[in-house]
Amino acid sequence: MAIAAKGPRTSDVVAQQLRGRSTDVKGIIFQAALLFALLLSLLILLVLIADVARGGLGVFQERGGEFLRGRLTVVSPTTAGVGQGIVGSLLLLIFVVLMAFPVGVAAAIYLEEYASDTRFNRFIDVNIRNLAGVPSIVYGLLGLVIFVQVLAPLTGGKTVMAGGLTLAILVLPIVIITSMEALRAVPDSIREAGFGVGATRWEVIRSHVLPAAAPGILTGTVLSISRAIGETAPLLVVGATTGLLATGGRGFFESFREGYTALPVVVFRWTSLPNEDFRALTSAAIIVLLIMTLSANAIAIILRNRYERKW
Amino acid sequence: METVTTDSPRNVHIDMGARKPNARPSGEPVFEVADLAVYYGPFRAIRDVSMSIAQHQITALIGPSGCGKTTMLRCFNRMNDLIETARVEGSVRYHGADLYDKRVDPVEVRRRIGMVFQKPNPFPKSIYDNIAFGPKVAGFKGDLDDVVEESLQKAALWDEVRNRLKESAMGLSGGQQQRLCIARCIAVRPDVILMDEPCSALDPIATGRIEDLMQNLKDEFTIVVVTHNMQQAARVSDMTAFFTAEVNEEQDRRTGVLVEYDKTEQMFTNPSDERTENYVTGRFG
Repeated sequence: MAIAAKGPRTSDVVAQQLRGRSTDVKGIIFQAALLFALLLSLLILLVLIADVARGGLGVFQERGGEFLRGRLTVVSPTTAGVGQGIVGSLLLLIFVVLMAFPVGVAAAIYLEEYASDTRFNRFIDVNIRNLAGVPSIVYGLLGLVIFVQVLAPLTGGKTVMAGGLTLAILVLPIVIITSMEALRAVPDSIREAGFGVGATRWEVIRSHVLPAAAPGILTGTVLSISRAIGETAPLLVVGATTGLLATGGRGFFESFREGYTALPVVVFRWTSLPNEDFRALTSAAIIVLLIMTLSANAIAIILRNRYERKW
Repeated sequence: METVTTDSPRNVHIDMGARKPNARPSGEPVFEVADLAVYYGPFRAIRDVSMSIAQHQITALIGPSGCGKTTMLRCFNRMNDLIETARVEGSVRYHGADLYDKRVDPVEVRRRIGMVFQKPNPFPKSIYDNIAFGPKVAGFKGDLDDVVEESLQKAALWDEVRNRLKESAMGLSGGQQQRLCIARCIAVRPDVILMDEPCSALDPIATGRIEDLMQNLKDEFTIVVVTHNMQQAARVSDMTAFFTAEVNEEQDRRTGVLVEYDKTEQMFTNPSDERTENYVTGRFG
């Protein structure tokens, strides 16, 4: 219009309205609380790592690789080492991977892709989730009865095999659950596409569903393995030794039916000693254990990224 | 499989006589549906559908949301079998054979009656592997490269992807993905192609290309297409079936019924049922 309107210009009024209310105090407080929670948990972790490093790094500086190769002893802190613990933990892992991965993935495929939605199958599903929450000591007792006693002719009693199988059934529910979730995350449209061109259920699963779910399945499996690395209680029950361990010129396969120890068990044993010199050794052993666990997690991340890029 | 007679039935003009619902289309029937009802658990999704679908024609199933047109389509290749609670009553005959006979293997059915879905759903693999999968599982022994090229050409996609066959299909545009899905379907040399709202996720240009493609494909395949888009039905189809939903007050559930089935031209210019007329003129739905 030719005549200028009196009063404030529209643009000013709108600009004023758009500026919004004063500072959002509640929002800022809430955000600060969230950040505090995050920093608190990180801080605890940092303190833990710093404490362990302070105590343990000296051992590596003084003895270096010799500590990693040394034998488990509770009397001589100058010669004690974690060599047997590392070997024992790795042997246990072989069993966990060989048993828990194929069985767990197979069970997950059955439950997710084949089992019909009956009350019975829902019951199974719920109870697998319950199993994942059962305290690990209970698995230790189960392993003691089944693998150490009943299956003694096969496992040879308190051996690597018995310990590995116990850890395998301990992580099995976790492998099943994470695999099921990975399978469930594959969209049904992919399955329909497969069925639509005349593929059987197995062909659809093998060619499309499993490859699509592989990153999730692998990640879940490796994470459950890293949990197995750190388990102590069930191994104490199924006979990981905490004292002297006889080692001779054993073959690789024979070693599965021998006595063993594992890193967390070593840590546990040394912690309970009154001798001050073992404090530093304990910290050093914890560092080795942490490195193993973190490596497993790193492998999980690498595997996931590689498979995802493949698409 | 029976040999296919290609006497161009879409040009055959048959006087339909007094127009009535469920009129028979011209041409040899591929599907004959009689008194079909589909249940999902206790809920009846469609009831009393009888219709027959002719070879080398495009048959469109139209109707408002929830009228059971997708359910109807999925009966033709036993895709409803994948839904655990689904139950089919009545009969669907394919070249005279009962599709729901106990001895029928749904996998064999789907090799002959392919499907293209509403949302493009390529496998997260290479373009080549997307096409090659169907022939592979069907036990195809010849040269897969030829099948891939031929299928992509028929789907009017070859020129756009010929230099990137090994690249992921997920990198294609939505319209290209849908044509890839059509190529994937063609690769197993089906007799019938079922399309479930194939253009609903596409822009008008991509939609136009798919519609052109359908016209080219009907010389070789029988096509049944579900569409929300009445103009699309009017543009591409030879026969149109109009479904609507009956509301069941007690259960607050809808059951789909076939209202009228006739030549597309007739359906859009001079429908015999008032409900069809209301729908195609935009007064309802």
